[in-house]
Amino acid sequence: MRVNCRKISRGVAEGQVLLTREAISFLGNVDPKTGVIVEPKHELFGQCIKDRVLVFPHGKGSTVGSYVLYQLIKNNVAPAAMINSESEPIVAVGAIISGIPLVDRMEQDPFKFLKDGDTVRVDGTSGVVETFE
Amino acid sequence: MYLTKEEEKTLEGEYGETLRKAIEILVALGDIYGADSLIPVKSAQIAGVSYKTIGDAGLEWISDLKGKARIPAILNPAGMDMMRWQEMGIEPEFARKQQEIVNAYENLGIRTKCTCTPYYLEGFDAGCGDHLAWSESSAVCYANSVIGARTNREGGPSALSAALVGKTANYGYHLDEMREPVMAVTVDLELSGADYGALGYVAGKVIGNRVPIFYLKGKPSGDELKSLGAALAASGAVALYHVEGITPEAIRSKFERPDENLTIEREQILEVYKSETECKEEQETDIITVGCPHCSPGELKDIANLLAGKSVRKETWICTSREIAGRYPDLVRSIEKSGAKVVCDTCMVVSPATNNYRCMMVNSGKALAYVPSMCGVASRYGSIEQCIREAVQDES
Repeated sequence: MRVNCRKISRGVAEGQVLLTREAISFLGNVDPKTGVIVEPKHELFGQCIKDRVLVFPHGKGSTVGSYVLYQLIKNNVAPAAMINSESEPIVAVGAIISGIPLVDRMEQDPFKFLKDGDTVRVDGTSGVVETFE
Repeated sequence: MYLTKEEEKTLEGEYGETLRKAIEILVALGDIYGADSLIPVKSAQIAGVSYKTIGDAGLEWISDLKGKARIPAILNPAGMDMMRWQEMGIEPEFARKQQEIVNAYENLGIRTKCTCTPYYLEGFDAGCGDHLAWSESSAVCYANSVIGARTNREGGPSALSAALVGKTANYGYHLDEMREPVMAVTVDLELSGADYGALGYVAGKVIGNRVPIFYLKGKPSGDELKSLGAALAASGAVALYHVEGITPEAIRSKFERPDENLTIEREQILEVYKSETECKEEQETDIITVGCPHCSPGELKDIANLLAGKSVRKETWICTSREIAGRYPDLVRSIEKSGAKVVCDTCMVVSPATNNYRCMMVNSGKALAYVPSMCGVASRYGSIEQCIREAVQDES
């Protein structure tokens, strides 16, 4: 199935979905060395975002979070791609400087038809998310 | 969003990877906020300079870029005086990293002057209606409100992108309709000096990120408006305010008085002078800092006069930009004769040297809003006269 969305950061990548309904503050919530969510109050606590297609509503917190995404890519522990309900500048800028494909405003609610472990392909250049049955 | 042929080519990578990413950032932000196009900006001011703020992550990113700024571009305050960091008690390792960050910006053609008051500097003058891409919250507030120029509160990477491309996305405070006041703030008191910072500290919490118009009794000076805006931006997230009969757009546009009104009473202002944010009553002030935002020539002159013939008994920092300090060597000499330090390129909020102290006295509503929470150092508030009295331990 192919679902159209808005493109935010260019590039194409494939990976397994890791989904959360909670916003993420990359500064503080994510360990830049390991890609593990280290905030005990976050529902993804203990999970690693490396190579996953990270689905979350939007970013929050400090704008330094943009640079943390860049550190994640440098340390080879970044997500393969990201899908937001509605992107905001911290994650958008972080994705672009790190070359991580990012889309938002999918024509179908990603929280309804995607689940953890699904394999999806995110095309941030043309604005399409593709799922494989 | 409409892009010119040239902008399309940049986005396709025809002018290299750095410019491609720079314009991709501007376009993405434009899309998020519904901009119709990119517009040229006159200058850029880039946040994300202090090593304390951006760390190794930021340093790595900036060092990897290749390109040259197309418009005058300048930096936000760094984490230390770039020349006298040792006197401030900065660790050599921090100093080395801080220097690397500034060098990386210099390689991109950014002027390595670090200040939150670019509007005092040569090449960064702006007029009413000029479009800018500035970052630092008090500079943005001053540019929009006191000068009548137009800028959003850019993040570090977007301001740097604007510097490299020479443009920014046309949304937010670049548009007429976003600049109209939506609430009134009435202050029926005579205010002076640090009262304006206290007013901003109190009102900002209620205003949040909205655009207010103030109805004031007196005629605030440029320095007083600077303190007001800095505090509004720190305790709230105000990027533009108007003052009836004073600020350029209020004079030109004759705004109607908004329905919603906030009245600030004398007691609320006095409360700020009494509030000792986490300073225990008996705890002694061990440092006095002035110059948040960085001192203007007029403020330096006032401080020099207050300190004339006196010696400070406590650590005292007077923060300003290196360019202004360089322009007025006599004032700097006169201030430093008292033992106070004229500190350049940095401030009490972004320097880790602040952590060497326990209770700070400030005359800035912005510093009062940030120092306790961001630096974990208790703070108390006073006028410039009270601050200097505290520094020289003059009981009279």
